[in-house]
Formats: sequence, C-alpha cells, structure tokens
Amino acid sequence: MKGIRNLLNKVKPNFEKGGKLEKFRSLFDAVETLLYVPDKVTRTGSHIRDAIDMKRTMIIVVTAMVPALLFGMWNAGYHHFLATGEFAEKTFIQIFTFGLLKVLPIIIVSYVTGLAIEIIFAQIRNHDVPEGFFVTGMLIPLIMPIDVPLWMVSVSTVFAVIIGVEVFGGAGMNVLNPALTARAFLFFAYPSEMSGTRVWVSGLKSGQGIIDGFSGETVMGYAASNRIDQMPFSPSDMFLGTIPGSIGETSTLAILVGAIILIWTGVGSWRIIVSMFTGGLVMGLILNLFAVNDYMALPACQHLIIGGFAFGAVFMATDPVSAAQTNKGKLIYGFLAGLLAILIRVLNPAYPEGVMLAILLMNVFAPLIDHYIIEANIKKRLKRVQTSNA
Amino acid sequence: MSETIKIRKGLNINLKGKAEKIFVKADKAELFAVKPTDFYGLVPKLTVKLDDTVKAGSELFYDKYKPQIKFTAPVSGKIQLINRGERRRILEVVISPDEEIEYESFKQADPATISRNEVIQNLLDSGLWPTLRQRPYNIIANPEDTPKAIFISAFDTAPLAPDYDFVVKGKEQEFQYGVNALIKLSGGKVHLNVNSEYPPSNVFSQAQGVQINKFKGPHPVGNVGTQIHYIDPVNKGEVVWTISPQDVILIGRLFLKGKYDASRIVALTGSEVLKPKYYKTIGGSCIRSITKENVKEGELRFISGNVLTGTKVYQNGFLGFYDSQITVIPEGNFHEFMGWLSPGFKKYSFYRSFFSWMNPEKEYTINTNLHGGKRALMITGSFERVFPMDIYPMQLLKAIIIEDIDLMEKLGIYEVAEEDFALCEFIDTSKTDIQSIVRKGLDLMIKEMG
Repeated sequence: MKGIRNLLNKVKPNFEKGGKLEKFRSLFDAVETLLYVPDKVTRTGSHIRDAIDMKRTMIIVVTAMVPALLFGMWNAGYHHFLATGEFAEKTFIQIFTFGLLKVLPIIIVSYVTGLAIEIIFAQIRNHDVPEGFFVTGMLIPLIMPIDVPLWMVSVSTVFAVIIGVEVFGGAGMNVLNPALTARAFLFFAYPSEMSGTRVWVSGLKSGQGIIDGFSGETVMGYAASNRIDQMPFSPSDMFLGTIPGSIGETSTLAILVGAIILIWTGVGSWRIIVSMFTGGLVMGLILNLFAVNDYMALPACQHLIIGGFAFGAVFMATDPVSAAQTNKGKLIYGFLAGLLAILIRVLNPAYPEGVMLAILLMNVFAPLIDHYIIEANIKKRLKRVQTSNA
Repeated sequence: MSETIKIRKGLNINLKGKAEKIFVKADKAELFAVKPTDFYGLVPKLTVKLDDTVKAGSELFYDKYKPQIKFTAPVSGKIQLINRGERRRILEVVISPDEEIEYESFKQADPATISRNEVIQNLLDSGLWPTLRQRPYNIIANPEDTPKAIFISAFDTAPLAPDYDFVVKGKEQEFQYGVNALIKLSGGKVHLNVNSEYPPSNVFSQAQGVQINKFKGPHPVGNVGTQIHYIDPVNKGEVVWTISPQDVILIGRLFLKGKYDASRIVALTGSEVLKPKYYKTIGGSCIRSITKENVKEGELRFISGNVLTGTKVYQNGFLGFYDSQITVIPEGNFHEFMGWLSPGFKKYSFYRSFFSWMNPEKEYTINTNLHGGKRALMITGSFERVFPMDIYPMQLLKAIIIEDIDLMEKLGIYEVAEEDFALCEFIDTSKTDIQSIVRKGLDLMIKEMG
C-alpha cells in the first residue's frame, strides 16, 4: 500500500496548479480520494468529525441496491430462457451469467458516461468530483428495460447529468432526481424502446428462438388492458419478483432488504419510504371503493408490489436532494407521491406506470411543502413574541 | 424544584480519556496570558506596554467600543510579550509572573447589601465583567442592559467535560456571593440548571435566590443555549445573560475577598493524556504547566476547552478565559487507504454505516482528521436528530449562507450560538465548517442590528 501512496505523492505536483497536467486535476483528485481518505485535519470549529463522508454514504446506498441488482440479473436470464423454452435445461449459474452479461454493459456505460461528465464539470468549476453519481450511475441501469440499446443509456445519462444536475449548479443543487430524469427522457424520446409488451424480456424484440405464444407482458400491461384474470403471475411471484419488468424493480423482497439497510444505517429516510407506501395503499383503497373495472378493483396491497412502486419509494423518492428536506415535509411528500403514483397508474391510460411521474412531480413540489412547514415554525416563533409581550 | 425537562435529541460522544476525580495542584506556570481572541468581536485597546509591571486585577486592555469593559491580569508580574497576528491584531498579552502574587484591591461586600450599580462597577473594575455573556450573539454582556434572566448551566455534557459538581466542591460561600451579585444584575430570575441524573452538589442545591431547573438527556442538554430555549427563549429585542459555574465562583470570591483571584480548576482530558485528572491552577496559565510529562508521544492537538467547541492552542499556549478543560487528542494528518470502504469496527460514527454500532459502550479515540472531502450540503434530516431546539438548523444555516437577515431572524438566529451547532458540525457528512458559518451569521446580525 505504501508503494501506491508514494507513487501518488510523486506524481501529485504535476496535477496541481501550474503543473503540466493541471487539466486533469479533477481526475487525479477523484482517483486519489478514492484510494485514500485525505489527510486534511480540522481547522475551525469541532476538532473531531464523524467518520462518515459522502463516499461512505453513497456506497451504503449502492450496497442497498445490490440485492435488487443481483436478483435483476438472475431474473433477466430466467425470463429469457422461459421465452426460449430452455429454462428447464439451464443451471442457476448459466441463468445468472446470461443476465450478468446483459446487465454489466449497461452499468459500465452508465458509469463511464456519467463520471466522465462529472469530472469535466468538476474541472471547469474547480471543485472536487461529487459522489452523487455513485448512486445515480447504479440507479439508471436498474430502471432500464433489459434490451435497452447501450447508446440510449449513454444519451440519457448525458441528459440527466447535464440537464438534470449540472445546469442547476451541480450535485446538491438539482431539483429533479437525476436517474428519473434519465428515464423520463428515454420514455418520452423513445417510447417504443421503453414501453409496450416486447421490451421487458431479453431477446423478445428480435424474436429469434422464442417459443410460440410466449408473452413478455408486465403486470401493468395485463392490468391496463383489463386482462388481469389472464395474468400468469400470483401475488407471491410479484413479491419475489419473478415477473418481467425493468432490471431492478421486480423483486419487492430484494428492495425491502435494501430498505432495511437504508433505514438501519440512517442513510435513507424512513419517513419517505413509510409514507409513500402508506399513500399508495390509501389510493389503492380509494380506487377499490369506486371500482368500475378490474384494475381499480385490484387489491390495494398488490399495487405496492407491482411495477416500480417499491423501487421508487425506497431508492428514488428518498434522494435527499430532490425530496422534501424537513421531517414533516418528508411525510407529506412521500404520502402524496404514493397517492399520485397509483392514481396515474390506474386512471391514466397513456402511462402504464405512474411512479416515475409521481416522484418527479413531487420533486418539483417538495420546496413548496417545505416552505409551508417552515412558515408554520416562523409563525409559532412570532406568536411567542406576542404572548411574552402581552 | 420544578419538573424535569427531558430532551431526546442529541448525542453523547463517548471518548477515551475522562478525567479521574482527583485534584492535583498544578505547578505555577512560567507564563500567563490574556487573549483578546477569546472574546468574539472585541477590538482591544492596550493600556500597558512591554516591561510594565502589573498586579492581579490591573487593567491590560479595554474594549474600544465600550471602554468601561476592562480586561485585567490574572497574576502580578511583568508584561513580557505582546503577540500580534495579521494586521497587527493583538493575539496574546503575555505576563511573566512574580513569585508571590500581589493583588489590586476592589470593593469587598456582600453583593446583596450594595446597589446594582456598585456591583456592576466592581465587576467592570476587576475585569470580571467579561465572564457574563449575552444571548443573542454570544458576546460579552452589555453593562447598560438589564437582562430578562440570567442562566447558569451547572453541568456540562460535552465530550469528556469536567464534572462541575466535583469542581465546585466546598465553595458554597463563594458561589452564594456570586449568585447574590447575579440576582442584583438580573431583571428577572436567576436560573440554575442541574442534571437530574444525579443529586446535585450542595453548592448548587442549597444556593439561595435561584430557580433550580432539572434537565435530562444527551448532549447538548448541558449547553446553556438549549436550556434557555426550553425555559425562557430569547425573542427579538430580548436579552438574557449566561455565565459558567466557575465564573460565578470568581465573582463570589471578588466580593468576598475584595481581590481578583483567578484560581480555577481545570480538567485535563483526552485519549493522549497519560493520567487524566483535575488540576488546581490559575486562569490564563500556560497549559504546559498542566500537560507536561503527562501526555503521550506523537503529533498532538492541544485544545483549550472540549473537542467540539474548544480552541486549538500550541503545546505552550494558554488556557482560554472561559475554559475549564484542556483536551489532548491525536492529529489525523495522514492518508488512510480505502478508509471509506473499510468495515470500520473502530470508527466512531453517529450513523450506523460503520460496524462500530455493534459496540456502543466502547470509549473511542478520535483524531482530528476530517474523514472526507468538503461537499455541498446534501444530506437532510440528520441535523434535526442532534439539534434539540424547535428551530430548523439546515434552513437557518442556509439563510446565513445567503446572508438573508430577515430570514435568519424569522428562523431563530437570536436563540443560537456556535456551540449549539457543534454536534451538527460533528456529524455533518459534507464536512462543512458549520460553527464558523453560525458565527458569521451572528456577526452579521450584530453589524446590521447595531
């Protein structure tokens, strides 16, 4: 380990101001801080600081996504081999490897594109490379259909990082969740690649070797076309995640494991997660009351385990930058996001899934929610003055 | 006795190096100093020059804007050095002490029997006035104000903080005299706030003329700012004063003996101290007289005060005016390989993102490393978990950063001091220097509000 440190120390002067590789300062800095926690000590204020930093926080979030990712890889293989009719003869390793080889390129493209842009902006703005993309770079692949063309992943990442984050002033200043921005961009720019019945299972679009009659439709697909009774999935399939869907969104179980990690470490807000599930449940129950079709009559709790609901509630809505910032605000924000997600999902025929739009919409409203919460605090303080003067 | 006020939000940081309850007489320091930098916003005007001789209680400098506030020598001796910093700002007025301390004489009387003005005058003359600080702004109290109340926090919950019940032992009369002076000064009550976890020392429980309030909870429950917030919060236009128990004793001693006797007790604490214990010393002492031969080898950070709010001093620096504690911890100026990825069984964190949560009872050694790079304020909701006031800490900070005076006022700037944000700064993921931001906000308010 000493060798790496010595090497870094030796080349460091080249990257500092006035050095011949000054243009790559941000890149060097990113690599150096990745390898070593900086030797900076406290100058003012508290002499000791918590061991946590942004890298640790972000790596916790990535860790929380790993169960969903691993399951997503297996699920990709599982559905592909179901479609080709070869499932029975494949081993677990073969199934998983198939998915791995499908998913890995998407992850690599997402990270390489995103980090390159982040590093360039860090260099231009003369600050350190922010860690936010650790998470965004993993979120983007997890919400893509398995057969998404890699160039689309790249283009959407560029869009998300530049339009979603950097134009607002960089990580921490953005209004919208960057990963959802990427997905929304693809959804509206290339709808045929992002929705329909043929994009969720690998190989279905090309149609080669697919057995007759195999349908890659998602639960949402069946439900939106009023064929819930023909759906081949049971609620336990939906909970475990052996259903078609975006790479990381299908397994509610794997997502809940992530949720536990986020809540236990204190990195993710339990308020948002719990209130969003509650909001979804409440809207599901309201729709049940006025049900005129099968979709509206779908048991409320089943809404929480299909589509992107659980994934959105646990990993998307909880992004601290784009969510509400006050504790009370988070409860309201999560609840409304859950409410809207199910409302859009069931009642708007143009959008098979409402979670993405609901969260983006609530991202926009989050500052307004906070504003009213804080105004209430201000009013309370002013009232105190009046009573003490009276 | 009133009902116990319970606070849930906060954090006790369990550090290694708690002072053992033994009094040791410290060697007399070779040098003493009074540091104008201990007093926020002070512009000092010197009244002494090099080689002048002074007595304990002789004026060294005064406040340029309130000349009646004087700062005096803790011991008699000769002015050895006047240390200046950038733009000739005075940093330290250093005194080389006499063998025997000679004292200036001041009025000797039970403060209960003399007028308010006489009490004020005696405090101003002796240089003990600066022991009184005011909220808002956490600066030296203005002698022309009458505060709506005076608050004494009789316990400190900061990491490794001295136990005041032990420190004040046997000083009943001095404390009572000090309290009598405060009663004269206060326009309302004098609040004495004690920890309900254990029965308070007689010095506190038998003090006459004070309202005793009981508090319970994690740090910062011992911060006087937290206590004010729960008992009688500061609104716009109101002023309260605060003072620490040891300073009450100094005031008591002034009225009892008619002299400025700056003897005080200091806890020497921290993981790098060989035998942490309590020392009897004199205010303004060179800390070497206390730390010598009792600290470990290596690069160390010497702090006058506690690890959260104290002042960095050199190993032959001086004890701060308000401090009752010296802390010595290791410097952290080294690179740690992949530190952010390690499981972290030995890393202290408020968050459970390191495996140290499995061992909550452990006493930690924490060095001065920042443990990460500075970032934008991204993480929300964590400050609220260690900030017990009904104030939105993140929003107030942002109001300060954008210098929105109106918003700062609305969000409660009058109630807070830097120290109230120390825990936020400690747990902050983005490594922002929050206490200096708060100080900047307070200074801005002073400038704008006059």
